[in-house]
Amino acid sequence: MSFLIDSSIMITSQILFFGFGWLFFMRQLFKDYEVRQYVVQVIFSVTFAFSCTMFELIIFEILGVLNSSSRYFHWKMNLCVILLILVFMVPFYIGYFIVSNIRLLHKQRLLFSCLLWLTFMYFFWKLGDPFPILSPKHGILSIEQLISRVGVIGVTLMALLSGFGAVNCPYTYMSYFLRNVTDTDILALERRLLQTMDMIISKKKRMAMTRRTMFQKGEVHNKPSGFWGMIKSVTTSAPGSENLTLIQQEVDALEELSRQLFLETADLYATKERIEYSKTFKGKYFNFLGYFFSIYCVWKIFMATINIVFDRVGKTDPVTRGIEITVNYLGIQFDVKFWSQHISFILVGIIIVTSIRGLLITLTKFFYAISSSKSSNVIVLLLAQIMGMYFVSSVLLIRMSMPLEYRTIITEVLGELQFNFYHRWFDVIFLYRPAFRFILMQHLSESPARQSPPCTFSGPDRLCRLAPAGGARNRDSGIGAQRRPLPAKIEDAEAPRRLLERLVRTPETISSKPDEETDDSRA
Amino acid sequence: MASLDRVKVLVLGDSGVGKSSLVHLLCQNQVLGNPSWTVGCSVDVRVHDYKEGTPEEKTYYIELWDVGGSVGSASSVKSTRAVFYNSVNGIILVHDLTNKKSSQNLYRWSLEALNRDLVPTGVLVTNGDYDREQFADNQIPLLVIGTKLDQIHENKRHEVLTRTAFLAEDFNAEEINLVIEKRYFLRDGNQIPGFPDRKRFGGGTLKSLHYD
Repeated sequence: MSFLIDSSIMITSQILFFGFGWLFFMRQLFKDYEVRQYVVQVIFSVTFAFSCTMFELIIFEILGVLNSSSRYFHWKMNLCVILLILVFMVPFYIGYFIVSNIRLLHKQRLLFSCLLWLTFMYFFWKLGDPFPILSPKHGILSIEQLISRVGVIGVTLMALLSGFGAVNCPYTYMSYFLRNVTDTDILALERRLLQTMDMIISKKKRMAMTRRTMFQKGEVHNKPSGFWGMIKSVTTSAPGSENLTLIQQEVDALEELSRQLFLETADLYATKERIEYSKTFKGKYFNFLGYFFSIYCVWKIFMATINIVFDRVGKTDPVTRGIEITVNYLGIQFDVKFWSQHISFILVGIIIVTSIRGLLITLTKFFYAISSSKSSNVIVLLLAQIMGMYFVSSVLLIRMSMPLEYRTIITEVLGELQFNFYHRWFDVIFLYRPAFRFILMQHLSESPARQSPPCTFSGPDRLCRLAPAGGARNRDSGIGAQRRPLPAKIEDAEAPRRLLERLVRTPETISSKPDEETDDSRA
Repeated sequence: MASLDRVKVLVLGDSGVGKSSLVHLLCQNQVLGNPSWTVGCSVDVRVHDYKEGTPEEKTYYIELWDVGGSVGSASSVKSTRAVFYNSVNGIILVHDLTNKKSSQNLYRWSLEALNRDLVPTGVLVTNGDYDREQFADNQIPLLVIGTKLDQIHENKRHEVLTRTAFLAEDFNAEEINLVIEKRYFLRDGNQIPGFPDRKRFGGGTLKSLHYD
């Protein structure tokens, strides 16, 4: 009887989560697109629902709600369903939608998507080989095998994202890093942008006029097509078309310049807004928080290094350790069992909520940055896959934050996974990003000032009068470069790279971000 | 050459609806082979004989300013875009017939572009709600173009076209002399094609656009 009640509670909560995932999908992710394939929405919401149910079961475990056997049953069922979705359904649908985008393979969609899925399974299986994940005495399709692999991928993702966050967060929050931007700077850049556009227009007018006169005179400007055409164009070429190609090259360079100027102006506006925001109360509060958070991030990096260097994995969780300290050193006596339950509940609850929220925000940003109307389905499914794997692995890692008596259910259900391995792996990947950035900083502070594109074109172009760039104004190089005053020169053509940087910078931290939900910074 | 008058026309719309392809087709008489994301603004020029064949024939340069980005961008990007909206003679609003949201966003696009002119301080004062009154004294001609008609299935075409008929009417102003607004449906074959398909629409003929 109690089993039925428990099951109904679980099912109601699952339906609630499903509804929430559905709403999130419609309101946030697919804000600008039309949902044509409802399958995608259903899969996303189902993944979300089952992942949240896992967390809910952990909470129930701590609080002691529901019957223990029914909890165990639901754990198993939940895990099976999630693995089914993550390993079988989502990859298959990803393959299916990728294939449907390609015109050629449209007829045999199913066949090719099955092929893609089999390739995915092969690589997924091979993933487990280099890692000392589990003992070989388990069968092929057991839960442990699948979870171990999913866990590896998920932990990698978690660590990468946390690493990003730990390094980017102080920069984002603290106004220490903000350059000083005045209105005159912005106006000057805008004027330059408009001047560049005018130059482009005048050149294009020349081109259009030339083409028109050529057309009227009867010469047709043919692009060299085919092998013979290319040979012919080497020897004979109308003077008009030669002129055109020259002007076209100049126009291309100018367009590149205009793109850079546009991005820089947008940057300046964003910085100006941040400066204004930092003067408000909210801004000051976040600035203050930023200091604490930076210290926390630095501590985390430090601990990760220590863990790796000294080959140590924490045995006790923070709650028990905290209680031990208070009881032993501070001499405060209180009911250990009672408090440990509540504190661990709060701690685990906070971790879960902030990680879910952080992940959803990051996913939204990623989605806005990458997707287009053609690929939106594929990207949403990829995000659902990432989300599922992330949640599964956070269950693995959360185990460390819980006191011993609550770890049992996870250990029971997940079998004999080597949990320590996952923590070690997390530390390694987590350190990758700060180490990478550190090396990058070193490299950039040594590199000489980069030059702007040389004046390759002749003519009365004002571009040639611009002086070469005065140093690497690079986003990634820490404090030193940010404090330099805004250089009034142009850097070399790296607009695509800046775009990429913009995309790369968007996955903000995963743990405890108090803001960042309002503007979708999609330059 | 510079003595010819210039006409500045904005081409606005959501990402991926086909603005760059449209502009390229209008100006180069060719289909754009590899469309990529427009960063900032790309301009193209078309020489146009206004009232061709009549005694008042005059040649103009039509500058098509194809502004990239989405209507929900960060406000810093919007402020940067606003620098392109100065002294505009006409606006072309492009939406994707296969994507309903892009049609709805056209209201916000037009508000963004028009308010820039009406409010000299450059601050967007609306919260994005559509209000027909704001178009009442609009002097700038608007043209609404729907793309990718060929990608819509035959039996759905009717409802899509009725929906866009309402959309186009909403932008219309009362007097036909001052504000002229037309609808062009991109049909396959003899008019401006939808998203480029080189084999089918290699040398599509162009329909000229008149603004007055």
